[in-house]
Amino acid sequence: MSASEPIFPPNPQWTEVGTSQVPFWVYTRDDLHQRELERLFYSKHWCYIGLEAEIPNPGDFRRSVVGERSVIMVRDLEGNINVVENVCAHRGLRFCRERHGNQKDFFCPYHQWNYSLKGDLQGVPFRRGVKQDGKINGGMPKDFKLEEHGLTKLKVATRGGVVFASFDHEIESLEDFLGSTILHYFDRVFNGRKLTILGYRRQRIPGNWKLMQENIKDPYHPGLLHTWFSTFGLWRADNKSELKMDEHFRHAAMISTRGKGGKNEEVVSGVDSFKETMQLNDARLLDIVPEPWWEGPTAVMTTIFPSVIIQQQVNSVSTRHIQPNGHGSFDFVWTHFGFEDDSPEMHQRRLIQANLFGPAGFVSADDGEVIEWSQEGFEQSPTKHTVLEMGGHEIGNTDHMVTETLIRGMYAYWHKVMEV
Amino acid sequence: MVDFQTYYAVLNLYSDYARVCDSADWDKWPEFFVEEGIYRLQPRENYEQNLPLCLLALESKAMIRDRVYGVKETLYYDPYYQRHIVGIPSILSIELHEQGELIRAEANYVVVRTKLDAESTVFNAGYYRDEIVRTDMGLKFLSRLCIYDSEMIPNSIIYPI
Repeated sequence: MSASEPIFPPNPQWTEVGTSQVPFWVYTRDDLHQRELERLFYSKHWCYIGLEAEIPNPGDFRRSVVGERSVIMVRDLEGNINVVENVCAHRGLRFCRERHGNQKDFFCPYHQWNYSLKGDLQGVPFRRGVKQDGKINGGMPKDFKLEEHGLTKLKVATRGGVVFASFDHEIESLEDFLGSTILHYFDRVFNGRKLTILGYRRQRIPGNWKLMQENIKDPYHPGLLHTWFSTFGLWRADNKSELKMDEHFRHAAMISTRGKGGKNEEVVSGVDSFKETMQLNDARLLDIVPEPWWEGPTAVMTTIFPSVIIQQQVNSVSTRHIQPNGHGSFDFVWTHFGFEDDSPEMHQRRLIQANLFGPAGFVSADDGEVIEWSQEGFEQSPTKHTVLEMGGHEIGNTDHMVTETLIRGMYAYWHKVMEV
Repeated sequence: MVDFQTYYAVLNLYSDYARVCDSADWDKWPEFFVEEGIYRLQPRENYEQNLPLCLLALESKAMIRDRVYGVKETLYYDPYYQRHIVGIPSILSIELHEQGELIRAEANYVVVRTKLDAESTVFNAGYYRDEIVRTDMGLKFLSRLCIYDSEMIPNSIIYPI
């Protein structure tokens, strides 16, 4: 780049051929961020809301988020799951302030408008006016109809105990949205067993939300950035692995089987994170017990575009919900869970292996850090571009992990939908 | 009523712990615990809903040593200073335990983080809920549970709270 070219051009164009180079400005522009919310989060995409096990009883509710819109997931009195926008139809308040609870209806405290758990407006105070000195004062106009002023209702889909929703009522089915390849890996975890919620972890990462999708579509980094993965062979370039996408390249599964670890010169030579002599003082941190439902692979990381990552890394299982706030930050909410048939030992094992993950995890703490540093680089030089050429320029499924093909695929899809 | 000597010993334990956490002398951190000692850092929402997940659940002194190795050798992170402000502890109870006295105590804490080139910000706020036992080496933690209010971790937590 010559010195005369501007650092902040007013209307930058994607001049790169294909998607093996992605301009930094896709991470730094507020206008693109809003278009992403419109086209990726608020239409044509099922977004993750939560788990059915979080609201087991009629009246149970839990707040969640679609993109940057607050929503409420609630089990109504008939036992059905509804998702409504947390915005009062009267004056627009985000009226639901508790994160979770149990209620027989919703109401907005400001003027006490009352909604059913399906989101229908049930009543407004003084609708017929107030009688005083023999005359009726005020009241809503005669043509005011309760049914025209309900909460915004989202379309809901549940599968295997996972709740998705969309503001777009014309959306394809969840199954078509995921596609058969990804559906297989989704069902592998959520095969109908009842889930047990282990708890939550929340972090705010000062980086563009897409970077988290990319992080879990990038099998090149784990064996390099993460000592635990390289040293103990949990995720490494010499592991038997496969990468698979849906037909649109938006979702992906990274499938890997743990190798024996140790010193394979091919993959650890010169790798700073590899610690040949590292040994755990307490072996329970990696007390891995294979489970029948794994069907072989020790780790499957599934990215469901744009809102969620499903983690199975050995005995630790979680959903990771991406909740953007502006182009340069997102909240990352981890819900760890187990299964109702877990033995006490397996329950404890999942809790201890959870030390590898989350905002303080032996492995995952690094990921948030590098995303922050990426964003800083993008902001200072938005006309530069990333280089995603590991494994070539092609997009396709592979039987190894030495490639950035999944990120190239995601940007092929992004480019098409975003029309930039 | 707790005698002054005991209270003074608890005060010392708390201030020594904070000093070690703030001075980056990580190898000394496990030494505040007995061999079967437990360190947990847990979001308040999980604690109050009886959900067992922690941010860190280190279930022995050996596991705490593994964390020290992680902080020193395996994690890549933005370096930062931290400063613990620990409130005056409350002694909740003193009872007999198989190894002698078991002291249950609590204290509020705030940890301020300062990254290079950045202002100082409140990093984590919560309280310690402790079980303390007397040993030949002085008071040690049988368990230290850090229950934090902070709803959002500002990206990551690397060093001990």
